[in-house]
Amino acid sequence: MNDTLEVALRLLAVFVIFLVLPLVIGQTEHKVMAHMQGRLGPMYAGGFHGWAQLVADGVKFAQKEDVVPANADRRVFQLAPAVALLPYLLVLVAIPIGPDNAVGEAIDAGIFFVLAVMGVGVLGSLMAGWASANKFSLLGGLRTAAQLLAYELPMLLTAASVAMAAGTVSLPGMLDAFEWWWVPWQIVGGVVFFVAGLAELQRPPFDAPVADSEIIFGAYTEYTGLRFALFLLAEYAGIVVLSGLTAVLFLGGWHGPFADELGWLWTLLKTLALAFVVIWLRATYPRLREDQLQKLAWTVLIPLALAQIALTGVVKVAIS
Amino acid sequence: MTYVTDVPEMAVAPAGGPPGHGAVPAADTPTQWAAAYFDGYSTVGLLAVVGVLFLTVAFVGGRLLRPVVPTPEKLLTYECGVDPVGEGWAHTQVRYYVYAFLYVIFAVDSIFLFPWATVFAEPGFGGTTLVEMFVFLGFLTVGLLYAWKKGVLEWT
Repeated sequence: MNDTLEVALRLLAVFVIFLVLPLVIGQTEHKVMAHMQGRLGPMYAGGFHGWAQLVADGVKFAQKEDVVPANADRRVFQLAPAVALLPYLLVLVAIPIGPDNAVGEAIDAGIFFVLAVMGVGVLGSLMAGWASANKFSLLGGLRTAAQLLAYELPMLLTAASVAMAAGTVSLPGMLDAFEWWWVPWQIVGGVVFFVAGLAELQRPPFDAPVADSEIIFGAYTEYTGLRFALFLLAEYAGIVVLSGLTAVLFLGGWHGPFADELGWLWTLLKTLALAFVVIWLRATYPRLREDQLQKLAWTVLIPLALAQIALTGVVKVAIS
Repeated sequence: MTYVTDVPEMAVAPAGGPPGHGAVPAADTPTQWAAAYFDGYSTVGLLAVVGVLFLTVAFVGGRLLRPVVPTPEKLLTYECGVDPVGEGWAHTQVRYYVYAFLYVIFAVDSIFLFPWATVFAEPGFGGTTLVEMFVFLGFLTVGLLYAWKKGVLEWT
């Protein structure tokens, strides 16, 4: 059965990407942040510049005792990491990496599917925040909810702007319609999308929900061992998904010189470059206060996103 | 608008296309259309199963590897090393229900942007839909300005 084999291969590829790229980005973060701060970072694990540090971390996490507080809502507490992690695996299947149907599965309503499923990931943090029965976790959960409310919207609006430009909601379809001048045309939307995505992933400088120095990692305070590791994996898988999506929607995905042969490489390079920016921002900017977070979303990002939609609509009607 | 790739042959069979006709038409009856459409999601479902299996293996494997030595102190809720005061599920005044309202209004509105986005620049729509778009954006902007004026978007 050729079809069965093909589907199996595609799923395997998606799964391997899901397991490998987050680790690559995590290791890069260790090394890049270290060098930006005048340190060396991990140097011992695996021999060459500590390349196996995250593997060692994983082995360590797997052997740690799994503590569920006596007061916690046991089932929800245990399930939360799975809810946080799975959506990012499912999103990866819809992101095209090359021309000619080089995608896990071409979903008609791709952009819609991707945004809807990404939203589910945040539910994991909310479940963890409530089920822990811990004051820090509850605060973290509340902050997560507030952040989701504020930043989901600019993300939706700017994604809709790209759908307008392409005249389709299918991700491979958008890339087929892509022209180079879309990059300057959609650049404001791209920045808004990327920033809102960072906030949704709770990455610095938008990490008030997990702020380790004030609310002890928020929703994850009570987590240990494997379950904590899964939350970390979800964060880095989230970076992969956000960078990949931004590359596909706003930077032309596989488009570039020799796209027919090297399309996948362009997607990978753009994704990794954006992931580098995510790391860079963490090393550069201090954490935003909760009110500054809300202000940025409602008074800057949303008006900008609306302006981008107006611009996209006018230009698109003018040229067609 | 549709971006169906390689589905028709596979999809027609289980959907049971129109019976009694010799030649099978390309997916143009509603049933076949739906079958072709949902075929893509069966792969997604399969991947979800793979993901659940992965997590199950991880959890079961973890259970075999790790020690289980619970003590009452270990199972105590963490509160900076002192005994927890009161209970964790504290009642809080949810002051930002206003944002929840704002969010729901905006999000439901923007969902309608997506189907509209696929057709708005087609021949025969052009100028009219553009006016509609500005009316839509106008509503959102007025809502945002109202919230702003009400002081909802001020924090001190």
